[in-house]
Amino acid sequence: MAGPKSSVLRRIMPQLVILGAALLLNVLVFPDFFHVDFRNGRLFGNVIDVLNRGAPVALLCIGMTLVIATRGIDLSVGAVMAIAGATAASVVTDGYGWGTALLAALAAGALCGLWNGVLVALLKIQPIVATLVLMVAGRGIAQLITEGKILTFSNEGLIHLGAGTILGVPTPILIWMALGAAVIWVVRRTALGMLIEAIGINERSSRLAGINSRVLLVCVYLVSGLCAALAGVIVAADIKGADANNAGLWLELDAILAVVIGGNSLLGGRFSILASLIGALIIQSVNSVILLSGMPPEFNLVIKALLILAILVIQSPRITYLMYMLRASGPQPQPDRPPMPKARKEEAR
Amino acid sequence: MAHDIPPVLHATGISKFFPGTIALDDVELRLEAGEVHALLGENGAGKSTLIKCLTGAYQRDGGTIRLSGHEVAPQSTAESQKLGIGTVYQEVNLLPNLTVAENLYLGRQPMRWGLVDRRRMNAMARDALAGYGLDIDPAEPLTAYSVAIQQVVAIARAVEMSGKVLILDEPTASLDRDEVQLLFGVIRQLKARGLAVVFITHFLDQVFEISDRATVLRNGRVVGTRLLSEVSQKDVVTLMLGRQLEAQVHERKAASAGAKLIEIDGLGKRGMLEPLSLALREGEVVGLAGLLGSGRTETANLIFGAVQADQGRMLLRGREITVGNPREAVRHRFALCPEDRKTEGIVGDLSVRDNIILARQAAQGWVRPIPRAEVNEIAERYVRALDIRLASLDMPIRLLSGGNQQKALLARWLATNPDFLILDEPTRGIDVGAHAEIIALIEQLRADGMALLVASSELEELVAYSTRVIVLRDRRQVRELTGAEITPDNIVRAIADDDGREVA
Repeated sequence: MAGPKSSVLRRIMPQLVILGAALLLNVLVFPDFFHVDFRNGRLFGNVIDVLNRGAPVALLCIGMTLVIATRGIDLSVGAVMAIAGATAASVVTDGYGWGTALLAALAAGALCGLWNGVLVALLKIQPIVATLVLMVAGRGIAQLITEGKILTFSNEGLIHLGAGTILGVPTPILIWMALGAAVIWVVRRTALGMLIEAIGINERSSRLAGINSRVLLVCVYLVSGLCAALAGVIVAADIKGADANNAGLWLELDAILAVVIGGNSLLGGRFSILASLIGALIIQSVNSVILLSGMPPEFNLVIKALLILAILVIQSPRITYLMYMLRASGPQPQPDRPPMPKARKEEAR
Repeated sequence: MAHDIPPVLHATGISKFFPGTIALDDVELRLEAGEVHALLGENGAGKSTLIKCLTGAYQRDGGTIRLSGHEVAPQSTAESQKLGIGTVYQEVNLLPNLTVAENLYLGRQPMRWGLVDRRRMNAMARDALAGYGLDIDPAEPLTAYSVAIQQVVAIARAVEMSGKVLILDEPTASLDRDEVQLLFGVIRQLKARGLAVVFITHFLDQVFEISDRATVLRNGRVVGTRLLSEVSQKDVVTLMLGRQLEAQVHERKAASAGAKLIEIDGLGKRGMLEPLSLALREGEVVGLAGLLGSGRTETANLIFGAVQADQGRMLLRGREITVGNPREAVRHRFALCPEDRKTEGIVGDLSVRDNIILARQAAQGWVRPIPRAEVNEIAERYVRALDIRLASLDMPIRLLSGGNQQKALLARWLATNPDFLILDEPTRGIDVGAHAEIIALIEQLRADGMALLVASSELEELVAYSTRVIVLRDRRQVRELTGAEITPDNIVRAIADDDGREVA
């Protein structure tokens, strides 16, 4: 019998293989890729960079996975990052501590999530349209908060969230890993994961089975808002300023991409946050390859697009099926398949 | 090759494997020209799989298919259509928003100067349909016509495109008696034209009415092909089930109903259901009879809160309650197995285990997950108790056959320990074996003191288990039959007219 552990491993295997390939490319263009140093009380190295730089998308994709599992999508996360960053920056520049700033940013994120959730769950607006509203309006709101300028700050506590280290490990890495682990734990240890999947697969059946789908939907968008807020704070802290125009720009697409690379269907249903997180790391590794290979920067987006395309083609149903057929038609019969046709037929005669 | 005419279609040694199960095992099917051949078997016996292998929807794992003596291996349904095998499914697979003519000629429209020649297409469609005894306007959208006519249009399309073998997969499931006759008229014509027609259905009467021969499948094997003029219905059922059906005993235990559980007082919704009143005691089965659209499903939905009532009230054990949504209904220990399993019942991609536990878990709230061991215990208990056939509890429920899905849904609700169970068409589209089991289960639940409200279009079935029958017509409650009054005859009379007052 396959235990739950091995089934998780089977689920994330394709993502692990792709991540391995992406890392291998990194090593090819930069042999010292896996070299990690400990200097000035901090870990240095390209791998650490991948983990650190991948933090915003990793955080976003935690919430995005849940939203997509309910057959939804959250386009507003990039804008919510900007709002949260602006909120945190304006709170610390008003002289409050970093804790207050963080809480204010999270509250702003929660509010944004609630807004999306109400539009989707109560007013039954299609998620892509509902969250588009905030995607467009969000940057305006962020600009209102920063009063149109890039709001810089020097609050050590806040900066620590984006640029500091704990026991030598950059704080963003710890934040996304901790949050990821926490959400996975909550979702799989409670019945939340199953109920979210049920809604995503068949909302009507789920509602008739007594699931409170509205509340769950609102919650899912709320979590997405919170994740985006955290990502926004980290990005702002990293550059010691809130840039309403550029913070988190296009990151919603990276987050969606991470979820898709994670093998989660945009049609909702079964999901794996772990696989999405690996997806986020894959995207960051691809970014790293481009950076390390020393390509002229104007090639970056094209190369990234090609690599992503390759990943998606490999994961496409057609190719997956072909691979399956290729394996199945090999000389060795699958050990776990039922009795072979030939043997049975002879028996029958 | 032999000199006599080869069969239109001869499939031999067809095998199909799914992970963990043998769906088809060395199956043979022989169709002669001009015969109607019934394909029979319980749900999960392999009928659909066999059809899918013949039409190329599935790739078979073994065996050969000969069409008029030539070996074929269709890779897709399009290819099999071109070869001459057309299929019409229970849910008409046409495009409802297009016109009848467009549906008939979609993909091969007559063209004129690069544009669709509508006038010619409509004329062709009119001629083609006239051949089936249909005089309808082909320029009207398909939805303007009844399901039976849509069915005939689908058949016409399949025959026009293929023309050797026509497979009808439960074509009569949603048709009334006259419509069935219309369809049978068409089938007889096709038969006379020399087509081989495969007819799949759960209605044995219809099988005997229209078919010449029947091939019976059980557990993926052919258990026999019979000339129907030589056998009785009972023989066929025995073949299908592999055991002698115990004579259905309708001896009703004296109405040992317990305390009054629920009282429904004038519950209704404008434009949907006229105010309806009924009271249920523990240990009572109330049947809801009526034609399609008479308000059976609406009644079930209103009571369960799936649809909000706008008038009336409900009393549970004498106390007034409100049921605004299914969640509240579940809290009052109500349960509803809906009519439309696929869209309102199962959560297709979730495992059978999760589907069984779903309602109970939802009632408990997400914070308190049911421990894994208990989940397994519950799921296994119901799989055993209801004889749900599956390869593994982990398989997605959509892979189960209809009857097994229905049982799993019953398990979902029984796992919530309901006091009041509403079943809407619990036996629709499921096979004889599961049918008998579900009826036995209803009887047993009643004996255990549950209150049940069962809506069904099968009168014999209602008569078998109901302690009372409420008859609906035009969304209105028109009669209540009790005790010895409950006979199919009386129900029919009540459905048809008001004055059928004689007691049987």
